[in-house]
Amino acid sequence: MIMKSMVPNTLVFLFGFFLLFVNVSELSAQEAPADKPAKAGIETRIGYLRAYEPQLALSVLDIPPRDEGVAGASVAINDNNTTGKFLNQSFALDVTETKRDADVVPAFKEMLARGDRFILTDISARQLLSIADLARENGVLLFNVGATDDILREEECRPNVFHTAPTRTMLADGLAQYLVWKQWRRWVLLYGSHDNDKLYADAVRRAATRFGATIVEERLYEDKGTARRTDTGVIQVQKQMPVFTQNLPEHDVVVVADESEVFGSYVPYRTWTPRPVAGTAGLVPSSWHPASEQWGGSQIQNRFVKATGRRMLSKDMQAWTAVRILGEAVTRTKGNDAGQVEAFIKADDFSIAAFKGQKVTFRTWNWQLRQPILLGDGHGVVSTSPQEGFLHQFSELDTLGVDRPETRCKLN
Amino acid sequence: MRRPSCLLAATVALPLLAQPAWANMVYVSNEKDNTVTVVDSATMEVVKTINVGQRPRGITISHDGKLLYVCASDDDTVEIIDTATHEIVGSLPSGPDPELFVLSPDGKTLYVANEDDNLVTVIDVAGKNVIAEIPVGVEPEGMGISPDGKTMVNTSETTNMAHFIDTSTHEISDNVLVDSRPRFAEFKPDNSEVWVSAEIGGTVSVIDNKSREVTHKIKFEIQGLRSEQIQPVGVRITADGKKAYVALGPANRVAVVNAETYEVEKYILVGQRVWQLAFTPDGKTLISTNGLSNDITFIDTATDEPVKSVTVGQLPWGVTVAPN
Repeated sequence: MIMKSMVPNTLVFLFGFFLLFVNVSELSAQEAPADKPAKAGIETRIGYLRAYEPQLALSVLDIPPRDEGVAGASVAINDNNTTGKFLNQSFALDVTETKRDADVVPAFKEMLARGDRFILTDISARQLLSIADLARENGVLLFNVGATDDILREEECRPNVFHTAPTRTMLADGLAQYLVWKQWRRWVLLYGSHDNDKLYADAVRRAATRFGATIVEERLYEDKGTARRTDTGVIQVQKQMPVFTQNLPEHDVVVVADESEVFGSYVPYRTWTPRPVAGTAGLVPSSWHPASEQWGGSQIQNRFVKATGRRMLSKDMQAWTAVRILGEAVTRTKGNDAGQVEAFIKADDFSIAAFKGQKVTFRTWNWQLRQPILLGDGHGVVSTSPQEGFLHQFSELDTLGVDRPETRCKLN
Repeated sequence: MRRPSCLLAATVALPLLAQPAWANMVYVSNEKDNTVTVVDSATMEVVKTINVGQRPRGITISHDGKLLYVCASDDDTVEIIDTATHEIVGSLPSGPDPELFVLSPDGKTLYVANEDDNLVTVIDVAGKNVIAEIPVGVEPEGMGISPDGKTMVNTSETTNMAHFIDTSTHEISDNVLVDSRPRFAEFKPDNSEVWVSAEIGGTVSVIDNKSREVTHKIKFEIQGLRSEQIQPVGVRITADGKKAYVALGPANRVAVVNAETYEVEKYILVGQRVWQLAFTPDGKTLISTNGLSNDITFIDTATDEPVKSVTVGQLPWGVTVAPN
């Protein structure tokens, strides 16, 4: 049933995506003339800089939709505009797309020239660092909605970069708390050979140490570039995965670190010994789940499906939250001055509602958004971390990820 | 026939009450199992369970007590239940995803919040037709009407506003910003103020009905609980306007607020995730719905102590009590 609905949905959201682009360019064109309409309100442009290339996945269901993230931002723009009409404020989204490994500086400079002072980024850590200081020199606030790299919140943190995407350590800690609560303390770690996979594996190792689990053995899966999702591939996989997981010491759970989608999704149901799988496959920690209905979640889910023709993914929620934070700041400060908006967001009592059952706030030492981590599989939400009993002197949400005493971030 | 036995039971069950309570039926909507539980307020026992539409939430009763109105959110309708037979006898065109509503003091008009469409739908109860649709903020929810019937207040959960609507023109006259995720609006009996709870903000804003400005902000602090766990939802103010009760969600408590000094005087421990509140007509008893413990708690308003908790259906959401 899911397969059947995928094709029309894909068409719908692809179509919707191009419409969005047309709208955005029309908006830009309308803004060019100096004379504004008689009833001049406050118009806030929010930029969205993304590096995009079609991505492969082991299952066709996991291929990211064309408008992943952007759709969340545009739903939040609509929400902000509904609020804005009572205050004579309006919001517009300015999307710029580059290639996945491209130099993003020229694209960023064009956004600067168009007057964007608030920019969401869905680009790699390297790309983000190439513009972060340039943004700061120009008084631009960046909202990282895509990169989970801890380094952006640690050694390479910036005072003008807010992060609504969770870090790998937050994700791994959220998962680890649940596995430990389940008393599944003996883990096998299977990790991929790409850099991102290794960073995810690092976060898993750190989480095991932190929460009292033991990694009884690790195995590296080399990406040899064989074809995915072909008939021969499937037959090979059925034989390959059991062999890859043969002769492991006694373990309770298999943790997979394969962000690159080379082998991870093949692990569930194919391990030598029957064990649950978690990590980037099986039970997956994330900032959102398309089936989350708790805490008013069905409201944003319904609104999102109606607007985009597909269900809401984590990156959509990360972008939605960033645009809502900006909307809230503009509404409350009654203006869009970047300095005032920044001061509002950085104030001690700032919080935002994001369908997570409690207010979410920023860590003032690195501007990472504190947030619960949802644990789900392809079907639904299994649990939400922090788990009960993991206590913290300030906020239980700070049991997830790098905490203040351990941070390497120096904001200045 | 029912009353004498109830009185007898009441004297046994409620030794704290000086006078025996009048028996009124209490109706509780159970969001997760599509039922309404009927509880006798005197015996505090379940009388009947009525099967209703999908995801029942908002619930209210006609002023003569003959008809019960239930928001069947996932069926996009308001169901009408005959309280004598407990049969569904009709429906009202509520618009999509009705969550909460309020009946005008004259009983003629029902104002419904349509959560998915950013609308308040105005329904003529007798004619069963839509009179007006009023665009409001994102995720409209709380609905309060002034006792004089002149002003309706809707709260929008993502816009974080209380929208003041003139009931004669169906136009918004004022928009007042409150704290995050406003859930409920309750007027004082003298029309002077409206109290708006903010679930994520953790506060209740008191808005002056003349100036339409926030004059007081009530905060809650409970020893041993983090501020994130204190999530105000349902609010009820006593008929004399002196005391207010605020349901605090996952804090599992109902706050008692002095409505003249705006000071919190007490926290009453009830069940898990306390959501909505209703008084019995004599004002002597307050009933809370406790969503996660699947029960309701009867509170004696003279002592502000819980008297008894009664198991109802799954995820009890709203509550209303039949008039005398």
